[in-house]
Amino acid sequence: MFVARSIAADHRDLIHDVSFDFHGRRMATCSSDQSVKVWDKSENGDWHCTASWKTHSGSVWRVTWAHPEFGQVLASCSFDRTAAVWEEIVGESNDKLRGQSHWVKRTTLVDSRTSVTDVKFAPKHMGLMLATCSADGVVRIYEAPDVMNLSQWSLQHEISCKLSCSCISWNPSSSRAHSPMIAVGSDDNSPNILAKVQIYEYNENTRKYAKAEALMTVSDPVHDIAFAPNLGRSFHILAVATKDVRIFTLKPLRKELTSSGGLTKFEIHIVAQFDNHNSQVWRVSWNITGTVLASSGDDGCVRLWKANYMDNWKCTGILKGNGSPVNGSSQQGIFNASLGSANTSLQNSLNGSSASR
Amino acid sequence: MDEPDTEPPLVVVPGADPSARQLCFAWGPAEVLVCETLFGRAGTGDGAPSSSCVFVVRRDQDIYIQTLRKLFNESHGIFMGLQRSEEELAGKSRKAQLVQVSKNYRSVIRACMEDMHQAAVSTQDPALQGQYSTQVSILSAMELIWNLCEILFVESATAGPLLLRLLDWVRLHVCDVDSMVREVLSSESPSKHKLFWNVVDVFVLQGRMDEARHLLSKEASANPTSMNMYKILDDLMKKMPVPSLSNTQTLTELELKWQHWHEECQRYLQDGTFASNPHMESICKILLGDEDAILEKKELMTTWYHFLVTRLLYSHPTVKPLELRFYAQSSMDLFLGGESSPEPLDMILMAAFEFEMHQVIKECSIVLSNWWFVAHLTDLLDHCKLLQSHNLYFGSNMREFLLLEYASGLFSHHSLWQLGVDYFDHCPEYGRVYLELHIERIPLSTEQKALKVLRICEQRQMHEQVRSICKIMAMKALRNNRLGSALSWSIRAKDAAFATLISDRFLKDYSERGCFSDLDLIDNLGPSMLLSDRLTFLGKYREFHRLYGEKRFPEAARLLLTLMTAHIAPCSFWMTLLTDALPLLEQKEVIFSAEQTYELMRCLEDLTAGNPDKQKFQEDDIETTKVEMLRLALARNLARVIVKEGTVEGS
Repeated sequence: MFVARSIAADHRDLIHDVSFDFHGRRMATCSSDQSVKVWDKSENGDWHCTASWKTHSGSVWRVTWAHPEFGQVLASCSFDRTAAVWEEIVGESNDKLRGQSHWVKRTTLVDSRTSVTDVKFAPKHMGLMLATCSADGVVRIYEAPDVMNLSQWSLQHEISCKLSCSCISWNPSSSRAHSPMIAVGSDDNSPNILAKVQIYEYNENTRKYAKAEALMTVSDPVHDIAFAPNLGRSFHILAVATKDVRIFTLKPLRKELTSSGGLTKFEIHIVAQFDNHNSQVWRVSWNITGTVLASSGDDGCVRLWKANYMDNWKCTGILKGNGSPVNGSSQQGIFNASLGSANTSLQNSLNGSSASR
Repeated sequence: MDEPDTEPPLVVVPGADPSARQLCFAWGPAEVLVCETLFGRAGTGDGAPSSSCVFVVRRDQDIYIQTLRKLFNESHGIFMGLQRSEEELAGKSRKAQLVQVSKNYRSVIRACMEDMHQAAVSTQDPALQGQYSTQVSILSAMELIWNLCEILFVESATAGPLLLRLLDWVRLHVCDVDSMVREVLSSESPSKHKLFWNVVDVFVLQGRMDEARHLLSKEASANPTSMNMYKILDDLMKKMPVPSLSNTQTLTELELKWQHWHEECQRYLQDGTFASNPHMESICKILLGDEDAILEKKELMTTWYHFLVTRLLYSHPTVKPLELRFYAQSSMDLFLGGESSPEPLDMILMAAFEFEMHQVIKECSIVLSNWWFVAHLTDLLDHCKLLQSHNLYFGSNMREFLLLEYASGLFSHHSLWQLGVDYFDHCPEYGRVYLELHIERIPLSTEQKALKVLRICEQRQMHEQVRSICKIMAMKALRNNRLGSALSWSIRAKDAAFATLISDRFLKDYSERGCFSDLDLIDNLGPSMLLSDRLTFLGKYREFHRLYGEKRFPEAARLLLTLMTAHIAPCSFWMTLLTDALPLLEQKEVIFSAEQTYELMRCLEDLTAGNPDKQKFQEDDIETTKVEMLRLALARNLARVIVKEGTVEGS
């Protein structure tokens, strides 16, 4: 049984992104109304808006949480060509009583000359680091060397991808066998057959990020990209949202012992491709164990994909709106959504063995 | 092995408009957030309100959680017992042990059914009642399937006992007729009841010969004319050879006896002995295993598997396990007769009769909405060493796959996650990494919860998770200005850098306020003081204050000096330390020796000379005054101590 309930977000314009914090007890929404809202989940499961503030001077595309080891920190990126880092300040007791908290801007990252389309924090073992990507095709990696001073961020790397970028994903693997890696997707629309997914890997020797792979088979605009959590595998799994949903495995081949210290070469396989959305796929995201992939597309559905124990991927669920209006006091109305015919058919076939005594 | 292309379950998110909108979403540990949006567009820009709602979607177990919780808890106990049970026992005793485990699981299911049933009966809310009843049906189906699997797989009953077990199984699970039976038996004159013969038939169909004969005797005494017929039928029923559980006869003997008995029944039927009483004649036909006669009693059997067992009882009581599949298939076909198609439950049972264990598990996984059943059943079958012998490749993987799924589901619950930990422990390949990923995400809402989680991580040497959790707690405490808590968490995290940071804060606080907070903590640091230099200093500095408070001045003096000379104190703090030395210098008693005084003077000079803020020192009046006072005090002390030390011999 699934249950869905709604929370009136009260943004004055389209919401572009919604993001859970690490523990799933807070969430952030960002909107074309240029603001970000933060919501907290109370003990009884209700969500309350604890902060709402103007963050940029243009539509806010994405909002993301840093790992709680660094405190309560958010990053946002916007059409206004900037990305910003925010920290929650523990408020006065008055604020606390009213259930409000206060977020301050710690830094604005202004290096981009075009709309900043994505911002993602790096895995925590890399320290407090984030990457942004912009429509001008540049991925920028910033670091805050002193985690207690969030106003000091330095631009560590600028990666020129040559194509307008729409999304980035850090490889979450903290294994020593894997160098830091970031995947970049491009939504470049001009007719060419350039690879729209590029993988950049950090080279210990040159201390720079260099292109390790380009997925040549992805030549349509890419809207979202996501590495799966690692689970101790030697290879990586990458999901791509393009005109369909694609899942790739990247198996590192033995590092060439060249003088440059060797970029890893990868063996790339596509393990799944789904066009069930029948349209552009806009978002892909993994659950925390990397066993279920969710995707959403132009068909107004969110689909869940899962591999069985034989590694065959299948759709295991669909979330879809039904258009009926929601009651005002939505948090009390808990709906029971039907789970297809599964449960009822099992019940039907029990005609002979009712348990009523 | 291609899985059937079933439609994936559709979850309807009410209020979300299906047509125009696209959906953005986010995963949480237990929920998915879904929100309407328009990708690639910069909003309406004109500030027009959109239906901006965020939908929270999650698996809902709230309604059943009270009763299911017991199921989860108790089955967890059985599971752990099974994992720990040594395999020293072999052969028969091991099998008996496993059968007992299976029975335990089933009794837990039945107990849960009872509770659920009680809840259904006692609730006023019709919607809730419906849900409880549904759940009861599902549990009943699970127990039915499990029971059959126990007979066929765990116990792997052989020909002979197999039939008896199947009879028990049918009797236990076909209950529709119970009320009818009760009604007839409790009526004043059962043989006059209109449903009398139905009940006799029920007993015969279920092989309950004694009860059938008992009822028939009532009919016989009421109808003396049929006494002869009755006696013969009664005799036939009494003599019917059935398999026994003890080894008093071999199968061959049984088959021989049965053959003779069968022929005897045949003779009586053909002689027309029962011709005048259609009821008795039909019973005789049933005894002879006449399919049509048995099928006529369809409504009394209600299911094809009842039909199957009845057929076997009266046509092939020594059926071997591997022969079941043929009888099962034909029974189902005959019973359903093309009128209805098999339901999922039927397919599952059929797969069991065909000894297709993997098929059973696969179908159950598809049909049931949670992993509890398949995870525990598969684990049991794996312990029976049945999965491995079937197919090495995915035998062990399937067990682990299902256990991982089940345990992962538990982690979304605020207290059941602790059960999940144990399940992960018994998944050799991925259990540990799954546990690491899940346990990090548990919200650390209270200190107790954090400590509980930590204990679990520490027991399993999950050092990174321990460090991370402690760091998160330390950070939270620091943000809320609870320095003591922050410090103890960073010590536990063995995070030297953070400990240094917090110690600095403490010291800063002290400089500003002149007193320490969280004295208890600092006083009792013990060996953890050594985590970071700054922390060591903090501890020692506090010790200095204690010594001073206890008027143990020489020791205090010595400590103070060591703090500077051994470079434990940060340079920034030297001024404060020297200032702390002032009262000691001004005591009536001379405390600092000459040697020590020289050291102090040297420290002061180092401080003022090597200080890049020399300018500051010279301009800042307070600082200059302090330095002057120190110089004076030191000089005076030096004078006094030289005199004192110079005159030590004498007294």
